[in-house]
Amino acid sequence: MTPNTPSSTKPPQPAVNPASAKLPGIIRPYRHPDPNTQPPSLYPPYRSTVLRAPTKPLILFPNTLSEVTGPVFGHDNIAENDNDLTRQHAGEPIGQRISVSGRVIDDNGRPVPNTLIEIWQTNAGGRYVHQSDQHPCPLDPNFTGCGRALTDAAGNYRFVTIKPGAYPWRNHPNAWRPAHIHFSLFGTAFTQRLVTQMYFPDDSLFPFDPIYNSIPDERARKRLVSQFELALTEPEWSLGFRWDIVLRGQEGTPFEE
Amino acid sequence: MDLITTGSQTVGPFFHLGCSDPFSVPVIAGLLVEGEHIKLICTSHDAEGTFLPDAMIEIWQANAKGKYNHPEDMQDKEVDPDFCGFGRLASDKSGVCGFETIKPGRVPSWTDVRQAPHFAISVFARGVLKRLTTRAYFAGDPANAEDPVLALVPADRRETLMAHPDPQQPDTWRFDIYLSGERETVFFDV
Repeated sequence: MTPNTPSSTKPPQPAVNPASAKLPGIIRPYRHPDPNTQPPSLYPPYRSTVLRAPTKPLILFPNTLSEVTGPVFGHDNIAENDNDLTRQHAGEPIGQRISVSGRVIDDNGRPVPNTLIEIWQTNAGGRYVHQSDQHPCPLDPNFTGCGRALTDAAGNYRFVTIKPGAYPWRNHPNAWRPAHIHFSLFGTAFTQRLVTQMYFPDDSLFPFDPIYNSIPDERARKRLVSQFELALTEPEWSLGFRWDIVLRGQEGTPFEE
Repeated sequence: MDLITTGSQTVGPFFHLGCSDPFSVPVIAGLLVEGEHIKLICTSHDAEGTFLPDAMIEIWQANAKGKYNHPEDMQDKEVDPDFCGFGRLASDKSGVCGFETIKPGRVPSWTDVRQAPHFAISVFARGVLKRLTTRAYFAGDPANAEDPVLALVPADRRETLMAHPDPQQPDTWRFDIYLSGERETVFFDV
């Protein structure tokens, strides 16, 4: 994967004060999210955090060019069918065919256009195509579970896939992860980088999942759950789910539509 | 729509499926790229010093002139068409991610002094619920003494942000990341 140079894929310039934008020393810092919307590093119910969480406070400093820039990707980084996980093999995968679509915006309400989204997920039975996943569930020769897409100019994205399955893990006795799709987003700056997971409505496993419950704020947790939408559902073909993603935005630039 | 920031979740142990394998970027700068060519070897450890065999490291850096290949870098300096500045690798069994790159130039800061050459680094792993961000500087670079970010780091912890040249291969720089424990790396709130 070779990111493009700005000369070949220049995302639209954000709306900034043209006078200040010409001054190379002017940095528009990114707002910090409400801490209750983000998990702590140490969350002992998720056992793997115990030896992997920093114990010392993070050090804050003003954003510099190193933080407000980041890799720029383009259509060269995407291949045909990258956003349709049901068409990456000779045959069709087993499972419930779904679409997942939504918008990527920042917390000013501004769309995040032309940004790379990477997803990965299990097959319908709950197994990853990965050497570390050897649990007794069959692989599907017609499903890999990896997708990529760029948002359009309005921040919209769309994937077609099959609904992933729940799967057991060894965090605690009889532990199962709710069905989810991993999402990786670059945004347009180092500060905006986000890796998260999208869940499905009404999953009975939510109360038992420490990863989902690591997010303190209930409203923020529910924002990780996609919504079923009949309008996105294609008759006799696929169920439609909507999931919008909000990245950190720059300070002092509320967006008015 | 509701504008609360989407929460982070761990990459988990299976991120290779979506983020590495065909999508790894071990070569940040090929031989055609202008600058001092180096290898940056990042090794990640947990609180007990055990290697992380399932970490993902991403690098973001300026070119040799101190210019980022990004529209928000409006410095009057040239971008190198063969150089983006992004690298990404999953760690191997020994916790190692080895990148081929160039030493970045100095970029501006919020003070009158430019920052010392550094890499911006993201660390993801199973058990890491939200990305950890750190920086690697070049041990022995005189510019470190005036770097405004390093100046905000307690003096006794600055060493955790230093990459060191390999005594046998001076163009190879080694950077150890400790997520926790006695040698815990400084992580930033960017």
